Formats: sequence, structure tokens, C-alpha cells
Amino acid sequence: MNATTVLRFPSFSLRFLPVWRRNLLVWRKLALASILGNIAEPLLYMLALGYGIGALVGEIGGMPYVAFIGTGMVCQSAMFTASFEGMYSAFSRMHVQRTWEAIINAPVALDDVVLAEWMWCATKALMSTIAILIVLVCIGFGHTPLALWILPLGFLVGLTFGAFGLVMNALAPGYDFFTYFFTLVLTPQLLMSGVYFPVDQMPAWLQIAANALPLKHAIDLARPLMLGRVPDAILLHIVVLAAYAIAAYWLATVLTRRRLLK
Amino acid sequence: MSAVLPVHAGASTRTAIVDPVLRVEGLRKRYGAQEVVRGLSFEIRRGECYGLLGPNGAGKTTTLRCCLGLIEPNAGTIELVGEPVPRAAREARIRVGVVPQMDNLDPDFTVVENLNVYGRYFAIPEATLRERIPRLLEFAGLGAKGKQSLRSLSGGMKRRLTLARALINDPDLLILDEPTTGLDPQARHLIWDGLRSLLSQGKTILLTTHFMDEAERLATRLGVLDHGTLIASDTPRALIAAHVEPEVVEVYGDEAKVWAEAHGRRIAKRLELAGETAFCYAHDPKPLLDDLATRAGVRYLHRPANLEDLFIKLTGRDLRD
Repeated sequence: MNATTVLRFPSFSLRFLPVWRRNLLVWRKLALASILGNIAEPLLYMLALGYGIGALVGEIGGMPYVAFIGTGMVCQSAMFTASFEGMYSAFSRMHVQRTWEAIINAPVALDDVVLAEWMWCATKALMSTIAILIVLVCIGFGHTPLALWILPLGFLVGLTFGAFGLVMNALAPGYDFFTYFFTLVLTPQLLMSGVYFPVDQMPAWLQIAANALPLKHAIDLARPLMLGRVPDAILLHIVVLAAYAIAAYWLATVLTRRRLLK
Repeated sequence: MSAVLPVHAGASTRTAIVDPVLRVEGLRKRYGAQEVVRGLSFEIRRGECYGLLGPNGAGKTTTLRCCLGLIEPNAGTIELVGEPVPRAAREARIRVGVVPQMDNLDPDFTVVENLNVYGRYFAIPEATLRERIPRLLEFAGLGAKGKQSLRSLSGGMKRRLTLARALINDPDLLILDEPTTGLDPQARHLIWDGLRSLLSQGKTILLTTHFMDEAERLATRLGVLDHGTLIASDTPRALIAAHVEPEVVEVYGDEAKVWAEAHGRRIAKRLELAGETAFCYAHDPKPLLDDLATRAGVRYLHRPANLEDLFIKLTGRDLRD
């Protein structure tokens, strides 16, 4: 393909819907296992560390530690679910099962497939966001209408990290490649975005660096919402997440075109 | 497989099928410094089965992918079911069915679910799918297996399912890339029966294959592709008559090579040694057979020339990696 065709911005079409729906139908067959897989770990961390460390530290950031870490877990779960879906699951479909090849033999373009996968990553992130939010509400937090905004936030986080995952997927020679992403991208964000402790506990230079992390911006939105407060600098946080999401989605589409259309 | 073609409902509302169904002219595709397809031209007429033969690296798969609009050629024009490709590739693919070389079915779905999901990519209405799928399953000999998961299907059944899936949109052209590779003889015959019944009902087929018996049984016309160009294109009989002597005597055994050098070359019109076997080509086999009858240490087989002889004559015996 010539350079301009490969690099052009992904085209949008509703043809992505039957592909998204296909993923949904597969998910429905494994729904219970899938939900458990996505939320078991965050829930365990939330409850064990929340109550365990919570007993030692009391209130953090204006809320009991279990709610503090719980809000972090909502975002973290959206991040991990979307990343996993965009990497391991997408790779299984693209490379092992060759599902994407089958789809583009039909009158569906590769751009539609990538869009559908992107939307699916965000959909799964939304599902895990809902699940953990329900738990938080059940243990007594987030009883405020503003907390509902965490749902679209979860979807947006899913778009961001789903796109990152799809970039990795387009580059991966095998499943092992994805370990890099965990070590270099996910874990640092987990530790530096304020999931387990407030960002202002870190040295100043690290706090500034943390502003580059999309997860931090998600948490800066989620915590106030959980407390029933309107967050500061809403636009900034949304723009950062959306900018990462769209740029990564574009890159993923370009790389996937390079990989499959030759 | 059933002889009944699965789909007629809805066909009357479609526009007439274009002829030629596929037209390729001057196709060129280069990867880096290497030109994989060099000025390829051929066309497929409605109702025929066109076989594209070629050794590894000849450019068959690249050609197929160009025709489907999945890759952009460097030069040349392609018209698939009347649509220019790659410009209107997606519109063209609405009326094309593809059976790929390696299965890409959805392992998480049952047989019927696979067909349903695929049908939706073509925006086929649910009612049409409900009516069409049982007939497709019947055609593929999978009528009783609709609700089974893919895990319980054999390789041959999966290939038949892939063929059924490729027919979900009642295509004008069916493209098959080495459809019976890896199948046992019974499974191969079932697929051939299915393809023959499709042809007898007016479907058009483009087939790539390495198997000469397959090409011989199915192809109305053949194109032999090598190094990116068509080195021969005609009906199988005409190609064999034009390029190969009509009678072949294969000679094996401990003394075959010695015999070939001492006598074979003298008697046969053309002789080729492949390992320990001598292939003798002639218009009249009698002198060869008379001579061989008197020799010890050799066994021989007399047969008419076939596509394999043609293929090897045109593309040589060397391995292509």
C-alpha cells in the first residue's frame, strides 16, 4: 500500500456493529467467568488492603481508605480489562483464530474491524467499572448521583487503554510480547497515579511526571465524583484521556493495516 | 454433499450477474525490489471454473488478495463482479464468497452461530438467514450438526462448513484457495461434489490448487502461473495436447537409471530423470513397452499424460522455497 493510504485517519462506518456484536455473543457464552476474572483481583485488593491498611491509616484524601483504594480500583480495573482485551483477546482473534481475516473477506473493511475491537475493549471496561461500582455502593460508598459519571469515565478509560492494547497487538509476534506492556506501561501507572496513595506523597518531580499518565487523570476525576463533588479541571482530564485514546487508535489502525494488508 | 443448491430466494431481486465475472489486466505487484506479479491478465467467464495453478512463490495468493481488494497493486486493472477494485472492493465483496487456505471459523460458536454471525457482516436480514442456513447446512452435509460446537467437527466437516459459510450471501463468484489441502480422500470427494453441483447450477468459481487431480476434475479452464506471469492458459485438454506428449511410461527399479541412459533416451521422444524414476514421454508407447518387457530389474507404468506432466514440464522439477 502506498504511504498515504496506510497513514490516513481511520474511517468511521456503522459496519463495525456486527463485529462488535460478534464479540458480545462470544462473551455471553463465557460471561460469568469473564466478569469474575475481571473483577476478582481488584475486589480482593480493595477489600483486603482497604480494610487491612485502612485500619492503620484512617482517612485518606477525605474518605476511608477502603473507598480511596476502591475508587482507584474502579479505574485500574477499567485499565486492565481494556488492555487485556486489546492485547490477548484481540491477538487470539487476529493471529491465532484468523477471525479478522475472515471478516475482511466479507464486505467489512479492516478499519471497521479495528473500530469494533476498540469499542469492544471500552465496552468490557465499562462492564468491570459497573461491577466494582456496585460493590462500592453495597459497602456504603458513592451514594451520590455524581458517582454515575464514573460509568462514562470507565468507558473513556477503556477507549484509552484498549487503543494502547491494540497498538501492542498490531506489533506482537506472540503473546509473550505483551509482558513488556505490563512492566513498562501498566505497572508504573498503577504505582504513580494515585491508586494506592495520594499523588502528593511522591517527590515533586515525580508528581509532575505523573501528569503525563492517563490513569492519573482518570483518578483525578473519579475520586471527587465518588465523594459527590464536581472535579477540578474536568476538561483537562477528559482531553488528556481522549487525546491519548484517539492518537493510539489511529496508530493501532495504521500498524494493523501494515500487518494484515500485504 | 446435497446436490440441491441452497439459495434462490431473493435472487430474483438482484441485478443480473456480470460477465466476465472477474477481469484482470496487466496486474503488477512489487514487494520492495521484488516483483511478485508481473503483468498478469486473465478473465473468468460466468459459469466456469477457472483453475490457477502455480508453484510456491508464483504469485497466486498475492493475485487473489489483489482481486479481493485487500492489497493495492502497483499497476493494472481489476474488475470483480463488475466493480472496480480496489476502489469499490467492499461493494464487490458483497457478491463474492471466499474459502481461505487455512480455516478461520469461530471456535467459540456452534455451526449455526458461525453462519449467522458471518451473514450479519453482509447485512443479510435475519429472516433471510433463518431461511437460508438450514439449506446451506443440508448442502454441506451438516444438516444434523447445526447446534454442535466446532470442537466436535472433523477437518473435512470444518472445510465443508467454511464452504457453506462462503455461500451465505449467494455469491456470484466463489474464490477457493487450495480448498482440499490436508483433507482425506473421502472429504476431498465431498468437497468436489459440492463444487461440481454449484457449477452445474451456474455458479462461477476461481480455484487455486497444487493438486492436479483436483484441477483436472473441476477446472473448465486453467492458468499456469509462474514467476508472476501466466505461462499457459487454456482448457486442461488443450494445454496437455499443446505442451506434453500424450503417452507417458514411468520406469522404476534398480536398473531404471541405467536403462534410461542406455536405451530410454534413444527410444522415447523425451525422457526425464527424477531421482530413481525415469519419465518417458512419447506419441507411440509401443517401442518403449516392447523394449521394457525384455528388461530385468525394472518395473514400469503406462498412462496417458496428465496435468502433473504439464505442470512439471512448464515449471520444472526444482523445489521452490
